[in-house]
Amino acid sequence: MRFVDEFRDPTRAHGLAAAIGRNLDRIPAGRLPLRLMEFCGGHTHTIHRYGLDRLLDGRIELVHGPGCPVCVLPRGRVDACIELALRPDVILASFGDALRVPGRRGTLLEARAAGADVRVVYSPLDALTLARRERERTVVFFALGFETTMPATALTLLEAEREGIDRFAVLCNHVTTFATLRALLEAPGPGLDGFVAPGHVTMITGTAPYAFVAEEFRRPVVVAGFEPLDLLQALAMLVAQLADGRSEVENQYRRVVAATGNAAARAAIARVFAPREAFELRGLGALPEVGVRIAERYAAFDAERRFPVTVASVDDPAELRCGDVLRGALAPAACPAFGTRCTPQQPLGALMVSSEGACAAACARHRAGP
Amino acid sequence: MCLGIPGRIVAVEDPERLTAWVEVSGVRRSVNVLCVLEDGAPAASCVGAWVLVHAGFALARIDAGEAARTLALLDELGEQEPGP
Repeated sequence: MRFVDEFRDPTRAHGLAAAIGRNLDRIPAGRLPLRLMEFCGGHTHTIHRYGLDRLLDGRIELVHGPGCPVCVLPRGRVDACIELALRPDVILASFGDALRVPGRRGTLLEARAAGADVRVVYSPLDALTLARRERERTVVFFALGFETTMPATALTLLEAEREGIDRFAVLCNHVTTFATLRALLEAPGPGLDGFVAPGHVTMITGTAPYAFVAEEFRRPVVVAGFEPLDLLQALAMLVAQLADGRSEVENQYRRVVAATGNAAARAAIARVFAPREAFELRGLGALPEVGVRIAERYAAFDAERRFPVTVASVDDPAELRCGDVLRGALAPAACPAFGTRCTPQQPLGALMVSSEGACAAACARHRAGP
Repeated sequence: MCLGIPGRIVAVEDPERLTAWVEVSGVRRSVNVLCVLEDGAPAASCVGAWVLVHAGFALARIDAGEAARTLALLDELGEQEPGP
């Protein structure tokens, strides 16, 4: 596939690994290993799928970040969604991964087995297509994800308004990258030396919002694409910055990410969403500015206003360490339930659900052998 | 979840709803193209463009020149030392 295959070339990968090694040689041993976090679950997936960590020597520790929407969503939010799905006047639609996240009393898929009308969609536009034909029930799109996915939800809602489709509503669980990053930098625990930033979030937001990481927290940031060579090049750029003593925001993914992001997508986000005072993220707690809701002017499309939706704060089972893994404070395999009680086939924790979840990715790797 | 797939816009589907057919690995999909249009330009203006598709929306045009420059840079880095 064009723009994909050429970024998977093994010869170039070995050249990059060597370049990373040369820059590591310039860093004093006392500062090693470098702890570099890939924020995005898509990057976590690429690292494990291609075994990129095996190309690096022990001087870099790759720490998986919280950029996996189903992973950060607390159980109480899943419960609220299931409650809505069980209403006879609701058709609940969402992405496949969202249907498998466990709440206190099971998943949306299990709710479907119990009679709820739950549909898997590839785009919120598919949910709108369902709503266009619906006369009695309301199609509720369970919206989640970071800035990459927000424009899709926002533009679909605007299209519903334009066409006057009143059988469509959004249960909004979108969260913002930058408030999450700040919470991560301020959280206690082992420090991080630099960040591989999410390319597709940045294609929307542009690179400017990362400035605080480089300036206030003095950590280098490199925006990266999702093919193996993209990630290796981003790591090479991060290590070069650390060897030079720089902390800057750099962009490895120039073929897709413009420094200014996408203005039309941001305009849709600004129009449709409003910040929530507080929103709970797994592992990071209730935070200001991290969550968004549907803005007042689009209240008619807000499932939280159209239906009685209550969100309780529900802790993960005590044996699970999902929160610590999400913050990068604990490696997945160090959780007592990892690969035994909690597996990709029978996930107890959200991080074991999506192939982008740190635990599911690590588990697939574990089984494939070293 | 933030997965994005490169595809090429091959035809306008619905100029009113701003949807177009995008070919992704030989498969045609209906995709909204509002975010890759210049201000006020019609949907037809993006036919032929390579775009990054996420959740049914084209969210960026892919810059072939930048892709080539990145690959050239990779080769430069790799050339400094022979591979295994």
